[in-house]
Order: sequence, then C-alpha cells, then structure tokens
Amino acid sequence: MPIDREDNFEERRQHLKDLSDEELKEKFWNLAEDIVDPLIDTAEGHTSQSIERSVLLRMGFNSLDAKAIVKKVAESDLLGKGAGHVLLKLAEKENMEVKEAGLAIVDGKFGKDNLKSLFSGGDQ
Amino acid sequence: MGLKPDEKLDIEKLLDGIENYRPRRKGWTWRNKVEDKELGDFTYKEMSEDLENSVPLPAASSFEDIDPQPEPVITTEIASGRFEDDIRRMRMAAWHGADHIMVIRTAGQSHMDGLIEGTPQGVGGIPITRKQIRVTRKALDLVEDEVGRPINFHSYVSGVAGPEIAVLFAEEGVNGAHQDPQYNVLYRDVNMYRSFVDAAVAKKIMASVDMLQIDGAHNANATARKAWNVMPELFVQHAINSMFSMKAGMPKENIALSTVPPAAPPAPDLRINMPYAVALRDLFEGFRFRAQQNTKYMESSVREATVTHTLNLLISELTSADLQSTITPDEGRNVPWHYYNVQAVDTAKQAFAGMDGLKEILELKDEGILREDARKLKERAVLFLEEIKEEGGYFKAVSEGYFVDSGHYPGRNGDGIVRQMDGGVAANSIVPREDDYLAPVCDHFGYNNLPDDIEKPCDLIGECTFHNPDKIDFIDELDEEDNVEERLKENKEFRKGNKLKPEVQWLGDGWVNTTLFLPTTKDVAEVAAQKIGEKMGLKKVEVIHREVMHPSEGTLIEMKGQVDFSIDIENLEIPEKEEPLPYDELRGFVEESPTNVVAATVGEDEHSVGMREIIDIKHGGIEKFGFDVTYLGTSIPINKVVDAAIEVNADVILISTIISHNDIHRKNMQKLHDLCVEKGIRDDVILIAGGTQVTDDIAKEAGMDAGFGRGTHGDDVASFIVKKERGEIE
Repeated sequence: MPIDREDNFEERRQHLKDLSDEELKEKFWNLAEDIVDPLIDTAEGHTSQSIERSVLLRMGFNSLDAKAIVKKVAESDLLGKGAGHVLLKLAEKENMEVKEAGLAIVDGKFGKDNLKSLFSGGDQ
Repeated sequence: MGLKPDEKLDIEKLLDGIENYRPRRKGWTWRNKVEDKELGDFTYKEMSEDLENSVPLPAASSFEDIDPQPEPVITTEIASGRFEDDIRRMRMAAWHGADHIMVIRTAGQSHMDGLIEGTPQGVGGIPITRKQIRVTRKALDLVEDEVGRPINFHSYVSGVAGPEIAVLFAEEGVNGAHQDPQYNVLYRDVNMYRSFVDAAVAKKIMASVDMLQIDGAHNANATARKAWNVMPELFVQHAINSMFSMKAGMPKENIALSTVPPAAPPAPDLRINMPYAVALRDLFEGFRFRAQQNTKYMESSVREATVTHTLNLLISELTSADLQSTITPDEGRNVPWHYYNVQAVDTAKQAFAGMDGLKEILELKDEGILREDARKLKERAVLFLEEIKEEGGYFKAVSEGYFVDSGHYPGRNGDGIVRQMDGGVAANSIVPREDDYLAPVCDHFGYNNLPDDIEKPCDLIGECTFHNPDKIDFIDELDEEDNVEERLKENKEFRKGNKLKPEVQWLGDGWVNTTLFLPTTKDVAEVAAQKIGEKMGLKKVEVIHREVMHPSEGTLIEMKGQVDFSIDIENLEIPEKEEPLPYDELRGFVEESPTNVVAATVGEDEHSVGMREIIDIKHGGIEKFGFDVTYLGTSIPINKVVDAAIEVNADVILISTIISHNDIHRKNMQKLHDLCVEKGIRDDVILIAGGTQVTDDIAKEAGMDAGFGRGTHGDDVASFIVKKERGEIE
C-alpha cells in the first residue's frame, strides 16, 4: 500500500550531501542501470502476441492475417517458439511458400495438432 | 503532383494510387542552424534556414516581411478525428513554422489488441491506420516541398499493440514517436510486464529507422495536483525510460525527454521551474530535450494560456530545447481548433525571434538558489532511485504506489497510482522464449536462435518488409460506411463547389466564436449569453469562456455556436484588386506633369509612421516617382492643411488619420472635403485619406476621392493619383 511520509530529505541526504555534482550524477545513472537491468533481461527472454504479430507484419502479412495466425499459434502453445518459426516449419513440411503456409492457417487448413506436431521432434 | 500556394490540397488526388505510395525518406530531421543570420536590418544569433514559402508574423509587415525561423524544431499536435481535415491544418501550421506534426490517437486505441485499418472517424484523436498514415505522409511530403523544409511526422507507440505500431511506423516513414512503457503502466493500466517486454521490441524497431523517441514523464505533473512536487519523480521516470531505451538499442541522440515546466503563474513560475530545467539538463546531458508547454493549469482564457506558454519559452531560451512543442491556447475550452494550432506555433516563433541572442546578454548564476535548488532536486531523485532498488525493483515500487504521489519526495502523500504485477490489461500475456525461439525478420530485439550461416535474419524468408517494402500487404478499407470516401461525398460542395461555411476543425462544421461583454454578474451573463446566441441564430450555443471584469459591473463571455447556412461564393461581389502601375510609367507621368502633394497627419494624432511609409523615398514612397511632397507633420488642424494646399497650389492632399475614437477619422475627412469646397479648390485637388481604420468606401462616403487602409504602399497611392489625373478614374 502507498505510504504517507513527512519530507525527511535533510535526514536522508546525509550520505549524498558531500558528493560532487559529477559523483552524484554517476550515482544517479548507476542506480538507473541497476533498476533497468532486470527489466531488459525480462524483455530479452519473453515474447507476446503483439511481438509475434510484429514479426508477421515484417514477413509481409497484413494485420488481419497476422492476428489470425498468432491467435492460432498461441492456442497451440507455440508462442515461445516464435510465430515466424512456426510458419517456416510448416512451409518446409508442406512444401509451400511461407506466405502460403500462413494464409492456410488463416483459412483453418491446419489445426493445433498439425502445428504442435511440427515441434514434436524430428526423430519420431 | 506539386502544391501551388493558391490552390487547396486535393484530397481525392492524394488518395489516388495510395496503395503504392512509399515514403521518400525515413528518420528524424533537425533544422540547420545558420551562424549570424542576416535578415532585414538584423543579424540573428539563433536562427535556422529560411523557408521558401511561409506566413510571417503579423508585425513583419513593418520589417520587410522577414520571417526568422528559430533553431528548435517546432511541434504542433493535430488530431480532429478526420485526417482529411487534419492535413489542411498541417499545411497551415507548416506555413507558420511547424516542422513536427504530432497526431494524437483516437480514444481507446491503446487498448486495441492489434492494428486498425481503413479510415474510420476518431473521437478526440485519429484512429492510426496504415492508410491514414500513408496519405498524411504523402501530403506532408508535398507540403515540405512547398515550404522548403522537411517535416517530421509523429504519433504514439504505446498500448497493447506497440510492436506492431512500431513496424507500421517504420515501414511508412513516420519520423518520431512517443514510446514509454511507464505511460502504459501508470495511465493506461496495461500490465507492467507486458508493457516493458513489448517496449523493448518496439524501441529497437524505432531505432532501426532512426526515429526520434519522446518519453512520457511529463504526464506525472499533469496528474498530480501540485505538479511541482513531482519533480524528483520526473527525473526518475526519464532515467528509467532512457536507460531502458539505450539497452534496447536506441542511440542517446534519438532519445528526447519530454519536459514541461511544472508550475505556472500566479505561482512564481521561473523561480520554481528554472532549477528543475537546469537540473534536468545537467543530469541528462547528451540526450535531446523536448520542451513542452504547461497544460496542467490551463483554464479557458487563451490570453492567460499564451502568457504561461511564453514564460515556458523563456525557460527554453535560457536553458535549451531541441524541440519546442506548442499547446494550443484553447485546449482548456475545446478540442483544439485549427487556427489556434497556427497561433500557438506563432507564439513560439515570435518569442524565439524576440529572445534571439539573449544568452549573449544574460547568463545563469553559478551560485545561489538556482544551483542550490537544482542540487536538491537531483539528490531527491537519487534518493528515489535508491528506495526503488531497496524496495525490490521497479515493478515492486509501482505496486507499492511510489509513482505520481503528490508528495515532494522523499515526502509521500499516499496517493500514488498503484498497479499490481499480475493486474491490468493483458495481464499474464508474456511467454518465455524457448531455446529454439526464432523470428526470421530484421531489427528484432531479444533472444533469437538464428542459424549461423545467414547474413541477415530475413534471408530465411527472402526478405522482410524493412528490406523490401513491396512485401507490405496494404489493406484499404474495412468499413463500407465509416471511411474517408463517404465523408468526402458529404462535404463535396464545400470542398470543390462554391459553398463557403465557417469552420474550426472540419470542413463545413459551421462553428463560430463570439466575444461579448455583458454589464452584469457572471451567473446572469452566462445564461443571458446563451439566449443572445440563440437569438443570433446560432445552433448548439455553448459558453466556452467567462471572465469577471468586476463582480457586478460586468463579465466577458466567449461563446460558440453553429451557423446552419452557407454562402455561395458565386454570388459575392469581390472588389478587384488594383495592380499598381509600373515604375517607369509613374515616373514618366510626373516628369511630364509635375505634381504637388501636401501631406499631413491630421487632428490630435502623433502617428507619423504610416504617412512616412507612403511618402519617403527610402520606404519606396511616392517621392520615388518624382512627386513634390510638402509634409506638414503630425497633429495638423484641417484648416492648416487646406491653407498650405492653396499656398503651394497643390494637386493632391494626403491626410493620415489613425485615431478612430468617436469616428474622428470620418469627421476629419468630411471636414477636409467641406473646407476645400468652401475655399473653392475642391475641383482642382485630389483628396486622399489613409489610416488603419480607413477603407476606400468609408473615405468616399466622407467626401474623399480615395481611401487607403493597412498594407498600402507608395506605388498604390501614386497609381491612383496618376490614373485620376489622366481621367481614367471618375
């Protein structure tokens, strides 16, 4: 819960008051970096439906198709593989162009099981 | 298709072939500074290159129409809900000096899961779509050719579709964008994990096309009641977004901090805002500064807002601004009207011209309260960061309500915004990237398990849209009724026909603003004004400003209302503008027929500037053509003028009458005519009157042969005299 607190600046600043302006600035930026590092690490290792749609847009799908494809990929629990990755695999397996593979998903030609099987291991 | 200054933008032509239009450049453009810029009689220290076409400030008419362009990029925010009307407004703003056009998004777009397509009408902003961006960019490309300066186009990369919007902007040549995940979290209640994960991807895409990023920190002082208390937090918000952006791949020089002077008069504005502005520029050296104007304390007075904004501009001048944003002074009373966009741009242009070179005269003191207060603010910001870290990090701190607390940190009032880590829109929507995660596209942030044997990621799919824009799959319209084509049909008679109607935002909207003073109390005035507006025939009358002049003596009211009629231009009698005769012809006539002129500023009137402009050879006045002018001076009684005319046997009498109280200008003109008749010289002398309130019609009614108002030059007057002498004019 948010707290109420008197302005106790004088008391809190004791360890800062003797720093030079440069030292204070360095401290400011070091702290900012400490706070941001875990945020950027989280971003590095995660994706979202919007991120995957942005990948499909860059691959040449329009926004409606990108949305439909990512929805299907997410329903298949394959978002962590990358939506573009799913399309590459599907195109390879079905011997289709990547765009064609994407539109086939939009048209409902491939279901969750088809998509999941793309990643179930090459040796099965 | 180029633009001509005397032709309107042709919306249909802009739409034609839009599916194939490609932006001609990407990335942000700054203005080019010119050292010791010479313009008219002056040398400027802080100006950039001139425009090829522009509308100068009104007073420029006394300064050879110079239009100095300040060094900072100047921003205006335009979004009426109809982009086809917005681009007309953008063109007007560009002519006045704006080169950064921001479009605000329609209400609710930040919560839309995906992109909008087509050209639906917006509410309080514009639905940002590929077609809308592309047509706007195309229009701005034409406008920048017309004015002769690149125009930066800008919108928002936020909400739950940030990465997709970033791709769209990168593809379509949008030059700048707001991007700050903290804004999503605090003000749009988007889940904090989702906001930061999406933001990194969006930022890297923005960086790939050299877009300028503006952060969202200034919203904290728009939210807190005592905005100046949140200054330490503003540093913290700037730092988090800036550091996060750099780590996502954005260069420092493309990161702009959005900074607003938090206080406004009647608070001691500069005393409070300057230490903050100085501390910010110390701590964030090397970043860009986007100086925004205060909106927090705007009421409905456009005068008051303009003064506050001018003080904000003084702070920009005394510290620095790479971009100077402008807020329309009517924002406190309505969704901004187009002419207020133009006026806000002019306010910035005017203030910077007026303050040019100020830093060569003044410098900020190195000691005293300015530096002491700046230092304290920095220490407070460091304490804030320390406590975030101790608390367990940024997300934890947000969930404990550290942000937008109205206390002066480390003071806290317990009223901060609280967001839960697993709450908000799109909670629990991020997914870990697996070891074999792959995205076969360029400029993709984060872990990507690409094979080693490719040069660029999109080699896996041939090419991505960033390398081959022909791969972009353009959607035109999705809604058969809510689209630009339908809207254009509705107002075609105003666009291409002869119909004319007042407007403030959309073509033919019919809105007018009326100012009136009522000698009564505020409460009575407001209700009375409503009735008056209705009796004037206005529809939807609404009082938009009321200001007490005295509790009982009277109230100033401004009210808006719609007119429900239009004017047919065909039926108007437009007086033809007389072109002055060529120099040689004027000079030749006077050589053959020497012409005596007696001139004076009449009545109790000490204004001599206007008359001097008309007479003096060095101002291009009538002496240049050989007229023999006897100038009697200022405050000359009419009978003295007539006596002098008789004495020198004048062919022409020129009087200037600026003061118009009690119709004194009309009375003086009539008196001159009457006296000339009385003295029997009226048929031998041409009588001409000039002045700011004089028109040809008014002068003729008062017995003059001609009258000249504002904007008259010596050759206009000379041409009239010559034509009259030659008998070409009755």
